[in-house]
Amino acid sequence: MNADLETRVAEFAKAYAGQPSELIQALHRVQSELGYVPPAAQAAVARVVGVPLSQVRGVITFYHYFRATPVGRHTLRLCLGTACHVRGADQVLKAIREELGVGLGETSSDGLFTVEGVRCLGACGLAPVMMIDEEVYGKLDPKRTKRILRGYREKAE
Amino acid sequence: MINLRIDDTPVQARPGQTILTAACEAGIRIPTLCHVEALTPVGACRLCLVEIRNWNGRLVPACATPAQEGLDVVAHSDKLTALRRTILELLFAERNHICAFCVSNGHCELQDLATELGMDHVTFPYRFPSLPVDASHPKFGLDHNRCVLCGRCVRACSEVEGACTWGFSGRGVETRVEADLGDPWGASRTCTACGKCVQACPVGALFEKGKATAEQVKRPEILAEVTERRPRA
Ligand code: SF4
Ligand code: SF4
Ligand code: FES
Ligand code: FES
Repeated sequence: MNADLETRVAEFAKAYAGQPSELIQALHRVQSELGYVPPAAQAAVARVVGVPLSQVRGVITFYHYFRATPVGRHTLRLCLGTACHVRGADQVLKAIREELGVGLGETSSDGLFTVEGVRCLGACGLAPVMMIDEEVYGKLDPKRTKRILRGYREKAE
Repeated sequence: MINLRIDDTPVQARPGQTILTAACEAGIRIPTLCHVEALTPVGACRLCLVEIRNWNGRLVPACATPAQEGLDVVAHSDKLTALRRTILELLFAERNHICAFCVSNGHCELQDLATELGMDHVTFPYRFPSLPVDASHPKFGLDHNRCVLCGRCVRACSEVEGACTWGFSGRGVETRVEADLGDPWGASRTCTACGKCVQACPVGALFEKGKATAEQVKRPEILAEVTERRPRA
């Protein structure tokens, strides 16, 4: 399984072989193929491109664009903008964490949700706000948040 | 030779030397933290800030600024001391520097700087982050609570040892020193257990196992010793 992944990643990164300055391009390519860049793929990119593992890790964790874990079926974007912050986005995040067992930038173990933090969804009047895929949920409190998430879970069963 | 003035004293520098080296050779001490001889200067901590009078009073890091003809450098003033003290306060407030329980108590560059600059209290609220200690390596440990993100370990490991084990992960206040792909140090595929990073670390963040409170003495000067003895290409 891992050997297979490594061969595939090496193939994607081939165009950047031996070119450390192309590290970001190589990672882009791998992420566009796999949807994310797991550690085994990071190691393969490091080897092909010719950079230390620590440098790949630095790039992956510096740019929010890159993800090291797979994306869930639904993307939950929690607004962390000023209005939502003031109106208790942290309480909503706490509820999400309690319900899904994961926080920002992570994917729930059932693969159903990837949680992301965003800055202002342009719906400040409804603060605190989150979006699940294209659906907007406003005026959230911890209870309502959990209810909504459970709804998705039940539908998925 | 380049002629410049540091604290109104005429100083000479060779081309390529930094303001810091020129000052050092002239016996003028400028506080530093992220810089250590033999490693590439990165200008990360800003403790070595000096003021250039004839650049409109611009503040530059002495460790990363080349000495230039005619520079009129202020290395010591009340204003600079206040700035340096503020930087130190921010460093102390950022993580958990509980000196009384630190392996480096009494041998710590951060502590020494606080004494030198008269920083006797911190005016910023402490952040008290909850940070782990990586004790997975058989010989050494990494206590993130003490790390000041100077990057000396990162550069010692890549520039002197050549293992490139350490890197910075994350950004801003979430930045951490991490091994390889964020692996526990003991599981690192690249670490040779040479200990150079430990010797380079100015504080109690990297330490040798088995050292009790105040027992950890560091020797960052070994980096220059090792590189000077190397045959040059
Ligand atoms: S012990 Fe040596 S090889 Fe290992 S991380 Fe430290 S400097 Fe690098
Ligand atoms: S572990 Fe030590 S040497 Fe490395 S960045 Fe932190 S304080 Fe600096
Ligand atoms: S701040 Fe959350 S929608 Fe604007
Ligand atoms: S010693 Fe010059 S910026 Fe840190």
